[in-house]
Amino acid sequence: MNLWVVLAVNSITLGGLLFLLSAGFSLIFGLMKIPNLAHGSFFMLGAYFATSLIARGFNFWAAALVGGLLVAAFGGIVERLILRRLAGAELAQVLVTLGLSFMVADVCLMVWTGDPIRIDTPRGLRGATSLLGLGFPTYRLAISLIAVIFAAALWALLDRTRLGAMIRAGVDDPSMARVVGIRVSRLFTIVFCLGAWLAGFAGVIGGPILSVYPGLDQEMLPLALVVVILGGSGSLLGSLVGSFVVGFLYNFGQAMFPELAYVVLFLPMLIVLVVRPQGLFGRQAL
Amino acid sequence: MTVQLDRRTFLMGTGTALAVTTLPSPARAQGKPVRIGLLTVKTGPLAAGGIQMEQGTIRFLKDRNYTLAGRKVELVVADTGGNPAGTKTKTQELTERDNVDMILGPLAAFELLAITDYTAQAKMPLLSLAAAEDMTQRRPNPYFIRASATSSQNMHPLADYAAKELKFKRVITIADDFAFGHEQMAGFQRVFEDAGGRVVKKLWPPLVTPDYTPYLAQISGVDAVVQGFAGSNPLKFMKQYKDQGLTLPVLGGGTACDDALLKSYGDEAIGLISCSFYTGDLDTPSNKRLVDGMVKDYGNIPGLYAAGLYINGMIAEAALEKTGGKTEDREAFNRALRAVSLTDTPRGPFTFDRLGNVVGAFYIRRCEKKGDKLVNTTIKTYPKVSQFWTYDEKWFLSQPVYSRDYPPLKS
Repeated sequence: MNLWVVLAVNSITLGGLLFLLSAGFSLIFGLMKIPNLAHGSFFMLGAYFATSLIARGFNFWAAALVGGLLVAAFGGIVERLILRRLAGAELAQVLVTLGLSFMVADVCLMVWTGDPIRIDTPRGLRGATSLLGLGFPTYRLAISLIAVIFAAALWALLDRTRLGAMIRAGVDDPSMARVVGIRVSRLFTIVFCLGAWLAGFAGVIGGPILSVYPGLDQEMLPLALVVVILGGSGSLLGSLVGSFVVGFLYNFGQAMFPELAYVVLFLPMLIVLVVRPQGLFGRQAL
Repeated sequence: MTVQLDRRTFLMGTGTALAVTTLPSPARAQGKPVRIGLLTVKTGPLAAGGIQMEQGTIRFLKDRNYTLAGRKVELVVADTGGNPAGTKTKTQELTERDNVDMILGPLAAFELLAITDYTAQAKMPLLSLAAAEDMTQRRPNPYFIRASATSSQNMHPLADYAAKELKFKRVITIADDFAFGHEQMAGFQRVFEDAGGRVVKKLWPPLVTPDYTPYLAQISGVDAVVQGFAGSNPLKFMKQYKDQGLTLPVLGGGTACDDALLKSYGDEAIGLISCSFYTGDLDTPSNKRLVDGMVKDYGNIPGLYAAGLYINGMIAEAALEKTGGKTEDREAFNRALRAVSLTDTPRGPFTFDRLGNVVGAFYIRRCEKKGDKLVNTTIKTYPKVSQFWTYDEKWFLSQPVYSRDYPPLKS
């Protein structure tokens, strides 16, 4: 009995982290149709930046914000200099972002060496919280809360603000949006930066759990892909639900069918692709 | 900075070089330098260990002023990329293009398995850390020697210590789901169960596992947990273990609490008991030299990867001395390598068994905090540990090789 409760709560906390990771990917892919395979690198870069910032005396949350901003700036440069020229060329975008991820990995290795670096859990969130008579790591519970807050904030941004309306217009009909005076190209840069920021921020937030090491990027990217495919691209609700679904699949799958850990994780994705290619909450394929 | 090369220094330089090379000297068999190839990994997830391997090798050669047995040494470093195909290519390059006399490395078992047949054919002596059991057991390569440890060689003494000194009765093991993890845990199980203990569950998270909580949730009702993670995984595991509020003692193999990993660990590593062929606090002159040199050159204390390659360098040196610096007769040089027996090394005294695997000391260490630094303190030394532990070699080799399912769990 206890085992199931523990697994359920763990599923929710992992889901929170996965949402932070995949929201940015979903945003970029859903709105700009760019399959950004450098997303895992953005995640790792954020975490590495944070280790350097913390070593220079930043506190954890400041490092998370600034680390995210640095990644956002990097994302902006990538979008402006490279991806913008490849609009609509999906294969080229895949190859460029994949190549970029290798380059980022090498540079990280050069700057931060191959040694794993740990990020301390922020003060105040250390230790365990008692829940249903069982102890759970406080920090992980906090991540789920952050994920929900982020989901609400992103939804409000896209659905309730003028910027959000402009982004949606730019996505639905770029040429018409231009006619009515929306600068679509600048909007896309903003979206890409926001997506990169989310990935970088998630990297820092995940740091205390995962620690930072070469290869982290390639470990996280597939999880983001599964979430987005399950949930449906371009749908924040889809990302949120997809994250928690993957969280549950991961935890219960690994515990119940350890031999089939990856089958349990990827088979539902395959089924969704076959039965409902746009994902559980995705919009109809265009 | 540019080097000005005028005619006078050029002439003087060539003159001296000529004088040196033509000078008859009994210590020098020939003017050509010995060429040592190093197969290492400098990119990707295995890079941390690979970079330390290179540092250990360079540290050793600097100590000897790039001269072994009177011959100059040239080091050719090749980055395998951490995959079997890359390792194969680089090995062929080292052998056929660079004409190296021996190869140090590679790092990982699957890299080693990709090149073992080729190097045996080419009669290329191979001095590697890769732990794959059968390379020195049922499928030996006559040109391969291992001065570090087989996967289980660390775990046999650890299991003995856990059962006899710590009096643990029941444990759960958890290790990376690949050959190194399987072999480690199988080795632990055999010795632990023979000493009256019981492994009640074996957990195998995939090598790439961001989150260990589903496994941690299954740990309860035992005296201790034995972990066999490698690379950056031990760090991630211990952090999540403590965050989850688990307090059972944790034991681990050589890679679980390697000295080079200590600077990455936090307080969660305190109390971790591990067994390794190398320990930083070993009080031998050569180990002192290694530790001081590594701290001076790289600001790092050495772990098993750096120490392992430093030791491989010493083995090459001893064999060269025995052959008078000659390497052309590969058979003779290989025989000399396998006959090496050293007393002052960073891992203490050791020799090789007939299959080319080390027989040497293994150290049980406890991770402790001294000042604001973590250190591994040696609490027991098992001298002259063979890869067969105390078992009869014939019997050991007649058993199936250690694996994920062998020995099976008693249910």
